[in-house]
Amino acid sequence: MTEISPSSTPTPGPAGTASAGALTPASQRPPSVTRQVLRRPASLVAGGFLLLLVVLAVAAPWLAPYDPNAQHLADKLAGPSGAHPLGTDEFGRDVLSRMIYACRVSMSAPFISVGVACVIGVPLGLWAAFRGGAVDAVTGRIADTLLSLPGFVCALAIVAVLGPSLVNAMVAVGLAYSPGLFRIVRGATLSVVEEEFVDSARSVGASTPRILGVHVLPNIAAPLTVQVSLLMGLSLILEAGMSFLGLGVRAPTASWGTMLRSAYENQWEAPMAVLPAGVAMVLTVLAFNTMGDAIRDALGARGRR
Amino acid sequence: MSTPTMLARPAHRAEATPLLSVQGLTIDLEAGTTQRGLVEDLSFDLAEGTSLALIGESGCGKTLTSRAVLGLLPRHLKVSGGSVMFEGRDLVRASEQELRQVRGASIGMVFQEPMSCLDPTMTIGDQIGESRRLHLGENRRTARKAAQALLDRVGIPHADRRVRSYPHELSGGMQQRAMIAAAIACSPKLLIADEPTTALDVTIQAEILDLLRELREDLRLAVLLVTHDLGVVADFCDEVVVMYAGHAAERSTVERVIGSPAHPYTRALHASTPSGASARTYLEVIEGRVPAAGSFPAGCRFEPRCPHATAACLQPQPEVELPGGHRTRCGRVAAGELTLGEEA
Amino acid sequence: MSVAVFVRRVLAALLVMFLVSLLTFFLGRMVPGDPAEILAGDGASAETIAGIRSSLGLDRPILVQYGDWLYGATHGDLGVSLFSGQPVADSISTAAPPTLSVSLLALVIAVAVGVSAGAVAGLNQGRWLDRVISGLSGVGIAIPGFWLAMVLISILTISNPWLPATGYEPLSAGIGPWLSHIIIPALALGLAAAAELARHTRGCVADVLDRPYIVAARARGASGFWLVRKHVLRNAAIPVVTVVGLQFGRLLGGVVVVEAVCGVPGLGTLATSAVLESDYPMIQAYVLLCAVVIVLVNLLTDVAYAVINPKLRAA
Repeated sequence: MTEISPSSTPTPGPAGTASAGALTPASQRPPSVTRQVLRRPASLVAGGFLLLLVVLAVAAPWLAPYDPNAQHLADKLAGPSGAHPLGTDEFGRDVLSRMIYACRVSMSAPFISVGVACVIGVPLGLWAAFRGGAVDAVTGRIADTLLSLPGFVCALAIVAVLGPSLVNAMVAVGLAYSPGLFRIVRGATLSVVEEEFVDSARSVGASTPRILGVHVLPNIAAPLTVQVSLLMGLSLILEAGMSFLGLGVRAPTASWGTMLRSAYENQWEAPMAVLPAGVAMVLTVLAFNTMGDAIRDALGARGRR
Repeated sequence: MSTPTMLARPAHRAEATPLLSVQGLTIDLEAGTTQRGLVEDLSFDLAEGTSLALIGESGCGKTLTSRAVLGLLPRHLKVSGGSVMFEGRDLVRASEQELRQVRGASIGMVFQEPMSCLDPTMTIGDQIGESRRLHLGENRRTARKAAQALLDRVGIPHADRRVRSYPHELSGGMQQRAMIAAAIACSPKLLIADEPTTALDVTIQAEILDLLRELREDLRLAVLLVTHDLGVVADFCDEVVVMYAGHAAERSTVERVIGSPAHPYTRALHASTPSGASARTYLEVIEGRVPAAGSFPAGCRFEPRCPHATAACLQPQPEVELPGGHRTRCGRVAAGELTLGEEA
Repeated sequence: MSVAVFVRRVLAALLVMFLVSLLTFFLGRMVPGDPAEILAGDGASAETIAGIRSSLGLDRPILVQYGDWLYGATHGDLGVSLFSGQPVADSISTAAPPTLSVSLLALVIAVAVGVSAGAVAGLNQGRWLDRVISGLSGVGIAIPGFWLAMVLISILTISNPWLPATGYEPLSAGIGPWLSHIIIPALALGLAAAAELARHTRGCVADVLDRPYIVAARARGASGFWLVRKHVLRNAAIPVVTVVGLQFGRLLGGVVVVEAVCGVPGLGTLATSAVLESDYPMIQAYVLLCAVVIVLVNLLTDVAYAVINPKLRAA
């Protein structure tokens, strides 16, 4: 078959790819992930919002107008007013202050859960992918078994054993999500391990920890980060659900879950009281998801190995 | 390569209007400003029953051109100038409705990778009969019978069984035959074949080309063949358009383009094909790279790599007709400064 | 799919169910509290407690207890509730219909709304319809089902008494009452799940539209409804079906809190009180039931997947 001599083959690329390449002919590398993420207005807003929540959580005692547990019994279930911009709950506690303090719980909760999930899922995933064989089969079966339960049900069962409290609920949620994370880390690691550069690294005598650290981890960072940001939002919702049922945070501690509970119990008198905590939750989860999407797109734009 | 043996074919002069007439076709990227002229000012005519090849390397715009004829360009590309006249209608300016009536009816198309171009969830019988159902109003059973006959016609054994097969149950060669069957189902006048044999084994390639030849004779099909293979062009086509970086470098009959090329690119192409070289010489390679879509030179697009380039070549090079109907974009050849005779 | 593959899938499912039962049993045993003491009540004597213990079989080796429990479970005996003293199986069979009603209706809503919205978005990529749907589904994913239920109650019940606020009426009481009680929880759960489905479906449809065989079909003259019906939907359905199966699992989790919000006396309510009271036989039974349902749904999804995808149908 007669062939034309090979030369570089540029094909017209898709329009609109956010790329600075057109201005710098010398450099072919797309900008770093952080820069790409920060360039989008959506992720700037989302990141800013999350940062705001962290600030509120840390500086709550200075920013909240009232003590979150202080009861102003004369003003029970009042609507928004000058003294109480978001109204009061059934015990006369200022909703705004409770919201600010709730950030402490509701922002730390996802970190605990995701932390637990990572501590279990990541090392096991790496190990299973690396070792293969019996280790992989056994861990795989266990993960499949756990995955046949909905996350919430898993968390319920674990809280039944550990007892209801915020930390226990969060650990439970983390344990519930670890098989999913395990699967993703295992899958991502497998696809890297199969690449030839790991074989060549091994052939020059690189040790396993070194291979893991230098070659594998940077490559699985991508799907891992995306999954983590998704899990943050999901854990938040799960924590709220558990606290709502009385299985997580206990009254009178302010968390969005407990605030929803008290709003629910007084729904007939104050139907709109369900809004503040709920909206806060939705916005936070939205922020986490937006960041996750931005990171995923940025990593995708860099192409695969 | 020795002078190709061509079957004697009566010369089709353009006394009658050509079946397909592309004039000044220009394709751009829709939104961006940097990628323009992916195909620029391309013109060629295709008479009934004849075959014309668009030949060039990957990225020269030949596939885009073939898609543009039927209005099947990807979303982000569009025809920004020129016309595609077919049966008295400009397909570029036709509505989606009008194009629908042409596709699969008077123009059929065959694609490069048959496996990915056949719907995996539909039997090949249904896919072959699809255009008959759409254009001739046949019902499923009638269409399937016609499909069976077509499968037979394209040389697939056990057509009665194969009609109910799914694409993944067929070999590559058979899939391509099925695609051809689907393309000619309504007896079109023009068949566009986009690298129909590139993805196939060498032995199968010859069979597919034979099949296309047969069908061309039997159905008086005009064929627009997109390829990068000079050998196929020599064997199969009457006329050829050599494309480089979105431009028609030269175009004429196959004998003239191969025998006495009028563009340095064609000349270099020839020299770099294995059968074009004689034994015990180095295979010539064209230095440099095809320019990227965003950075086409303003003048001759081949100038950076051309061994015969001069300062004048930096100016835009229009297409010039040489005596005898041979057209070239090389200003130097057109001006008679350069003769690229027969290769050694 | 071939019989051999099907059998293998069933065996794998059975293995998972067996492992889950092991897990559930031992998890239940880790729940704090001595069941014999709890059942005996306050102030019971040591002999009474010991007597109860042996009648419950708690003095036998742990593996034997597991075997007994498993045997019982497969025969409909899931033990006795530590809280109510009633057989667990009875409580579950009373609580199952409300949960099933809500979950199934929620799934129907999720698929009907989510898949169609996603398909419409995918077919109109880049246009305003797509932007609106994608935006809505992006926000929808962030909305917890139980909060949506609360909002719906506030709007549809409290501010305007169109629907009953809480409770459940079985089908036997008539379709109207049955529907009016489960519509809010089902809508809340279903719409929340619909957002995720819409996103996924949009991606699948957009992916199919970019495939070469779609261009080839268009080159034959296919377009509009014909193209969508004959080529796009069938191919997009394949990945969508798998996600529908997964969504049902998440629905089973979400229904727990929604039941609490809407006052539906279903399995979720049962499970919540079981956890709060450390009623481990109930917890065990509930977890086992969830796992069994999900494994079955996954199996069904696999079968459906094989039916739609001709590549897997070959004998």
